[in-house]
Amino acid sequence: MEALGKFRARTVVLPTRDIDTDQIISARFLTTTSREGLGEHLFHDLRFDAAGLPRPDFPLNRPDAEGCRILVAGNNFGCGSSREHAPWALLDYGFKAVISTEIADIFFNNALKNGLLPIVVDTATHRFLLDNPGIELIVDVRDTAVVLPGSRRVTFPIDRFAKYCLVEGIDQLGFLAQQLAAIESFEQERAWKP
Amino acid sequence: MRTLLEKIWDDHVVVPESADTPAVMYVDLHIIHEVTSPQAFSTLRSSGLGVRRPDLTLATMDHSTPTVPGRTFHDLAVVSESASKQIRQMESNCAEFGIDLHGYGSANRGIVHVIGPELGATQPGKTIVCGDSHTSTHGAFGALAFGIGTTEVGHVLATQCLLQRKPRTLAVEVDGVLPHGVTAKDLVLSIIGTLGVDGGTGHVIEYHGTGIRALDMEERMTVCNMSIEAGARAGMIAPDTTTFEYLHGRPYAPQGADWDAAVARWTSLATDAGAVFDRQLTLDARTLQPMVTFGTNPGMVIGIGDPVPEDGDASFRKALDYMRLTPGRPMSTQKVDIVFVGSCTNGRLSDLVQAAALLRGRHIADGVRMLVVPGSQRVKNEAEAIGLDRVFTAAGAEWREAGCSMCIGMNGDIARPGQLSVSTSNRNFEGRQGTGARTVLASPATAAASAIEGRVADPRPYLAH
Repeated sequence: MEALGKFRARTVVLPTRDIDTDQIISARFLTTTSREGLGEHLFHDLRFDAAGLPRPDFPLNRPDAEGCRILVAGNNFGCGSSREHAPWALLDYGFKAVISTEIADIFFNNALKNGLLPIVVDTATHRFLLDNPGIELIVDVRDTAVVLPGSRRVTFPIDRFAKYCLVEGIDQLGFLAQQLAAIESFEQERAWKP
Repeated sequence: MRTLLEKIWDDHVVVPESADTPAVMYVDLHIIHEVTSPQAFSTLRSSGLGVRRPDLTLATMDHSTPTVPGRTFHDLAVVSESASKQIRQMESNCAEFGIDLHGYGSANRGIVHVIGPELGATQPGKTIVCGDSHTSTHGAFGALAFGIGTTEVGHVLATQCLLQRKPRTLAVEVDGVLPHGVTAKDLVLSIIGTLGVDGGTGHVIEYHGTGIRALDMEERMTVCNMSIEAGARAGMIAPDTTTFEYLHGRPYAPQGADWDAAVARWTSLATDAGAVFDRQLTLDARTLQPMVTFGTNPGMVIGIGDPVPEDGDASFRKALDYMRLTPGRPMSTQKVDIVFVGSCTNGRLSDLVQAAALLRGRHIADGVRMLVVPGSQRVKNEAEAIGLDRVFTAAGAEWREAGCSMCIGMNGDIARPGQLSVSTSNRNFEGRQGTGARTVLASPATAAASAIEGRVADPRPYLAH
């Protein structure tokens, strides 16, 4: 996982509420055994029509969306399944962060474990971001803050351990593997065995 | 005074959480399938790690597997080369890492959330995880069970543990018993409609009350299964004699003296009187009716006789446009193209019995295609032993092999663009059952009534009192 510190990027806005993981990456693309290449299928049925041509009115297809690295989405983004293919697809497409008023639990966890930053903001900030697509933001993971135009700074909640892993680019499996002695004694000492 | 969740949590903390680090939580049962595990095995391989507890790992194949009827397993047509590769890779991964696979040809194969309980591997007080959000199903036994991503599947394979923060608790009390013809599916759809699709985010739901106690285990599984549709990663129900009777004698359940000790331990898990939940909700089961969804998430749900509501919100209008529905008219005006009975929500024997009760001696409407897909090979065999397959085929439905099938549409079982599907599954998301497919979630009874009438239909007139 790449370390994620401070970055500057423009937003693209998908205002719809409850965008589920099936819309992010349809199940028919989950027969893969790799993490790679899912970006081309991101939001497939929203991005492309039945003939496979880009829908010009979909925000990601507009010319000014080129190079946008922050997705601003409606409330409850990422609800639905546990498929990690959803953050893989967003990352592969080029996104570094998702901003909403609420982000579903499993997606939130999966995003953090892959270096895609899930940012939850208050409704007023969200409203401003929805109404002003394409603006440039500065995201500072170390400082857990987003800087809006005019230097307005909005902090966002993030678990201290998850932040440490993001900033250092650390894989959590390494941390878990260091707990092996504790795991072994837990297995030996517990009153009943599964 | 602790809740059921807190008791299980406390029993599984290997290293306690602190402000700096989450808890290390031990996993008693890890269920894996072909779709969300291949990349986790790749991580093990590239890190030089093995599977720590293959004996606590239950493996099967369900999502991308074909359900075409009337063939032997060896010549089933897999939908694509990539699905075929995924299935073969599951076999080789399990062989390489020493995991028993309930794969093709196994009498135990089936949907992950159907086989865990029916084998007796799902037990009260266990922590259970799987790379599938409907792992909440297993909470029906008083287990702490939730879905995880593929990175975490790798964590559990390598260490048998997960890094977790203790979730908040939400008590949902169901008062009174469901009326005749109103099912556990209607109950959970009502709960999701009340909470909203994000109402349970950050919480584990504990269902309790007289309405929950009255449910059998398969009904409780239907309720817990859809907890994730309200945003809650887990749903749970305290174990009781209904739970113990279900588990007794199952292949993986404790036997002999171990059984008595287990029952004593399980009995002590119930939430203590006076334990405090972070939030509470109460529902009266006696006032409920058969429920159907009208929109593109499970929270957009109404009673079968109610009109589709109106709302000026843009996301709401987008959902109604996708569903081609007009506010003010009931769902019963909607013509049905496909009916699907199956899935980890409603693919168990009692669900098939419920649907067959309406179809016995009747025929599905002209132009309707109905797929009945048992949740497991074992459910299929049990259904055939009591003649349900013949009831379904005589009614004009397709009787198929076990798997996830049209719930997720990964294996080629899909609806065509624009078709309306009445489905006993758990998600009516856009494109879930095929690009452009319109899904109406309902109980097996409502699905069967809809197949008979060729439109979304109330099952109650078909059910004798």
